[in-house]
Amino acid sequence: MAAISREEVAHLARLSRLAVTDEELDRFAGQLDVILQSVARVGEVAADDIPPTSHSVPLTNVLREDVVVPGLGPDEALSGAPDPAEQRFRVPRILEEEA
Amino acid sequence: MSDVTRATAAELGRLLADGEVSAEEVTRAHLDRIAAVDDKVHAFLHVDNEGAIEKARKIDQARADKEQLGPLAGVPIAIKDVIATKGVPTTCASKILEGWRPPYDATLMERINGAGMVMLGKTNMDEFAMGSSTEYSAYGPTNNPWDLGRIPGGSGGGSAAALAAYEAPLSIGTDTGGSIRQPGAVTGTVGAKPTYGGTSRYGLVAFSSSLDTPGPCARTVEDTALLHAVIAGHDPRDSTSIDAPVPDVVAAAKLGATGDLTGVKLGLVKEFSGEGAEPGVMAAFRDAVDALVKLGAEVVEVSCPHFLYALPAYYLIAPSECSSNLARFDGVRYGLRVGDDGNRSLEEVMSLTREAGFGAEVKRRIIIGTYALSSGYYDAYYGQAQKVRTLITRDFTAAFEQVDVLVSPTTPFVAFPFGSRTADPYQMYLADLYTIPTNLYGGPAISVPCGLSEGLPVGFQIMAPTLADDRMYRVGAALESALGTLTPPDLEV
Amino acid sequence: MTTLAMLTYDDALERFEPVIGLETHVELGTATKMFCGCPTEFGAEPNTQVCPVCLALPGALPVANKAAIEATIRIGLALNCSIATWCRFARKNYFYPDMPKNFQISQYDEPLCVDGWLDVEVDGETVRVEIERVHLEEDTGKTLHVGGATGRIHGATESLVDYNRAGIPLVEIVTKPVVGTGGKAPLVAKAYVTELRDVIRSLGVSDVRMEQGSMRCDVNTSLSKPGAEWGTRTETKNVNSLRSVERAVRSEIIRQANVLEAGGKITQETRHFHEDTGETTSGRSKETATDYRYFPEPDLVPLAPDPAWVAELKAALPEPPRVHRKRLQDAWGLADAEMQAIVNAGAVELIEATVAAGTSADGARKWWLGELARRANEAGVELGAMNVTPAQVAQLQQLVDEGKLNDKLARTVLEGVLAGEGDPAAVMAARGLEVVSDTGALEKAVDEAIAANPAIADKIRSGKVEAAGVLIGAVMKTTRGQADAKTVRELIIARLG
Ligand SMILES: [Mg+2]
Ligand SMILES: [Zn+2]
Repeated sequence: MAAISREEVAHLARLSRLAVTDEELDRFAGQLDVILQSVARVGEVAADDIPPTSHSVPLTNVLREDVVVPGLGPDEALSGAPDPAEQRFRVPRILEEEA
Repeated sequence: MSDVTRATAAELGRLLADGEVSAEEVTRAHLDRIAAVDDKVHAFLHVDNEGAIEKARKIDQARADKEQLGPLAGVPIAIKDVIATKGVPTTCASKILEGWRPPYDATLMERINGAGMVMLGKTNMDEFAMGSSTEYSAYGPTNNPWDLGRIPGGSGGGSAAALAAYEAPLSIGTDTGGSIRQPGAVTGTVGAKPTYGGTSRYGLVAFSSSLDTPGPCARTVEDTALLHAVIAGHDPRDSTSIDAPVPDVVAAAKLGATGDLTGVKLGLVKEFSGEGAEPGVMAAFRDAVDALVKLGAEVVEVSCPHFLYALPAYYLIAPSECSSNLARFDGVRYGLRVGDDGNRSLEEVMSLTREAGFGAEVKRRIIIGTYALSSGYYDAYYGQAQKVRTLITRDFTAAFEQVDVLVSPTTPFVAFPFGSRTADPYQMYLADLYTIPTNLYGGPAISVPCGLSEGLPVGFQIMAPTLADDRMYRVGAALESALGTLTPPDLEV
Repeated sequence: MTTLAMLTYDDALERFEPVIGLETHVELGTATKMFCGCPTEFGAEPNTQVCPVCLALPGALPVANKAAIEATIRIGLALNCSIATWCRFARKNYFYPDMPKNFQISQYDEPLCVDGWLDVEVDGETVRVEIERVHLEEDTGKTLHVGGATGRIHGATESLVDYNRAGIPLVEIVTKPVVGTGGKAPLVAKAYVTELRDVIRSLGVSDVRMEQGSMRCDVNTSLSKPGAEWGTRTETKNVNSLRSVERAVRSEIIRQANVLEAGGKITQETRHFHEDTGETTSGRSKETATDYRYFPEPDLVPLAPDPAWVAELKAALPEPPRVHRKRLQDAWGLADAEMQAIVNAGAVELIEATVAAGTSADGARKWWLGELARRANEAGVELGAMNVTPAQVAQLQQLVDEGKLNDKLARTVLEGVLAGEGDPAAVMAARGLEVVSDTGALEKAVDEAIAANPAIADKIRSGKVEAAGVLIGAVMKTTRGQADAKTVRELIIARLG
């Protein structure tokens, strides 16, 4: 059984903001299926009583004092912007359902 | 000195300190070499000719002014293009960052600059460090100086090839699943992945935050240690940076170079004892183990039963983190923007931008990661992978109760021909079979050349406990003292 | 065709039981942002308070602000929460241009503070609102919508983003469902947000100004038939004043009741509250809501607050506002209703500060609930936003107490203070408004008034003292109101008596 369908890949691409082509969808669906079937093996060994590890270094409470550090000037901040306007980053219209 | 490009960084440091050669001469010699051979090798994405000469002159002036300079002052270095360099293009070998010049320097660049080193330019890599061959660079692959028709490893193929092609004596790589060590192995150079948290990630463009580790690359173990000492140490700008003294890796390399490993216990990982590896690779590896035994090392076989689950766990954790880390490339604040015709919505423009800006491997991993983190799949995939991570760490901890270091081949195969593993992504992933466990555990590991198979370099991997980076340098330098370094065939210039 | 009669609020409550829940976001008043050293000043020029971290430049990494963690723990403690001994930040993944990383660093299943409560007073009754969690996250940037008619997202052709606000620490406080309050639900919601604001203000960790957006409220509302399971809830956003909190709940109760009564179904969705109409309109439906793909933030290490530190913070908490108010009420000798009037006017702290500056409670109360409340109401602003400090009010009252100003003059002086002319004493001097107490000048004015009104003077001489009013009026006129009427009267009687 396939681990992942073409429709699922299309949904994931949308979630990831990737305008994939039909050809890519076909190719990715097959490749991702192989990959996911291979990696699904992680389920074989990890029992319920094993705690998950999110960080390999056992650090806690790494904090910074509340002191202002000089940042970037607006020119530097906007230096890489594809479309700056009025010292801001211009973007195309935002669909309301995203709000 | 007839050809400074053949010298080691340690030798260059001495020549510069003694005034036998100037930093400008050393820098020009390397820039000339790049100009002569990089058409063939394509190790560099950007060469900073003016910046390098200017920096070299400053160092020469500082030396003339009797300023206190470090051992690598005036020595050139190549930087993987995943490290932010102020004012110098930083693309991560991706179209999405084409032309981006960061307004800030990575912490390790501040340290390299502070050490008086001269950056020659930025090296090629797999896009966003995802790959094992540099074939996923958006700007074309790097060619292995040992055989220009073969891959130089990846993702840091440019940083390794630049060393093998004598374009630079030192380079910086980053290792998420083996991206320093595997290129080192297949180019006959040395590459070290420090303890996670031992080198700062601030300014390293994130692929997988919990695994990414910047580290040093060179042609000798001692040079690697010298560079390690420059870049390692606590950085308050990286929350995962370890606030502890850096072990004396240079002293460890010097100790190892004496060729005495009496009392050192090597652990042979039973699970990595041949399955899936090329016979020539295993033969070179066994010969190297024998050589270490002759130097006094004791060899024990240890079982790390969960190491075989490292690859699947890695290919869930790394894509998951990458799917989130790469979300910032959206064409709003920097980089590429595609399809903004005044009519399309932001969502459409973002999607077109990311579709056009990312290559196929990056997209595959973003999609896998998005899937693995989705509600309903999280527990089965990401959650399970995090548990495997615990099990692998336990394997390492148990092993290091019996032995000082673990050893294995660095990668199962020698440099493979271009195109031979791109059709099936999983075949490419197997290149990192032996390097990935270390990344999941967080400890240090080094790859040192151990001879040839079919005329191509084989790498020997030494894995050490967390924060015991010095151990791998000692064993690595001992191996180098026994086997010598490798010299690639001359590139016809 | 038959038209169903609209249910009123009272009809709605006869048929349904409301359940409400509140999610409040509070911007902390730290000097720097949550994960970088950028300043947090309100109203700076666009993109001048940014750095590689809060712009999400490739390679930049977050480091958590200790003061923000401390402030969140203090809020948790003040809300009677348990403080986690170990917790993590998580990434909440979704694309939106005001969020530079396209994920928000927040907390998911491991919040810093859990299981607390806050008692609020409604109509003399105490209602306990239970707190589910208090967690820490980062704010977004600000988006300016261009090309639409109203500056709103609807109809805009493009938007401009400013990241000054991006990364400012934001504390999210989530209540458990509040049940069984019936028709008082809107008042409970308002009282809760008010009390929460006072608690946070008393901690000094935020200026909690809803009109500036440093405190923002989302209100969840659902209706159910008595005894039945809870209905589907809606989440109303954009509720930006205390008054709106009450109105939003009320209008959502009426709307939902009418939908249900007509046989319709409530959709689980986000709704937007409109200050102008007092009504909510439909926003994004939760059915199409994105999967946020939360996972532990790998760039930050876990938090493990030292229990000793937490105990220290707890011991150092200020008195809760409710207790504090009770103490003030006793000290000021006020009846419950009088104190309630002060609370409702938002004048507790103002009067407290005025008293602390050396005025009697009555004197302070007279100004803040009288003249100043009237002017604030006229101007449509909060009392605290008036351009006068408690110290100035205290000085004003002192001038009255010393006899240098009478009530009328004092109001004129206050006008000057509000107009930015300086402290009361300065305004009085500059405008020459001091009560005339120089008896020489006053006697002259009295003599002139007597001379100008011989008939009235005769009446007074003949014992008709009440006629003195006319002469007093004349004196006040020549002294432009600056004479003390009592003194003038005494002088007249002395001359003619
Ligand atoms: Mg929130
Ligand atoms: Zn910042």
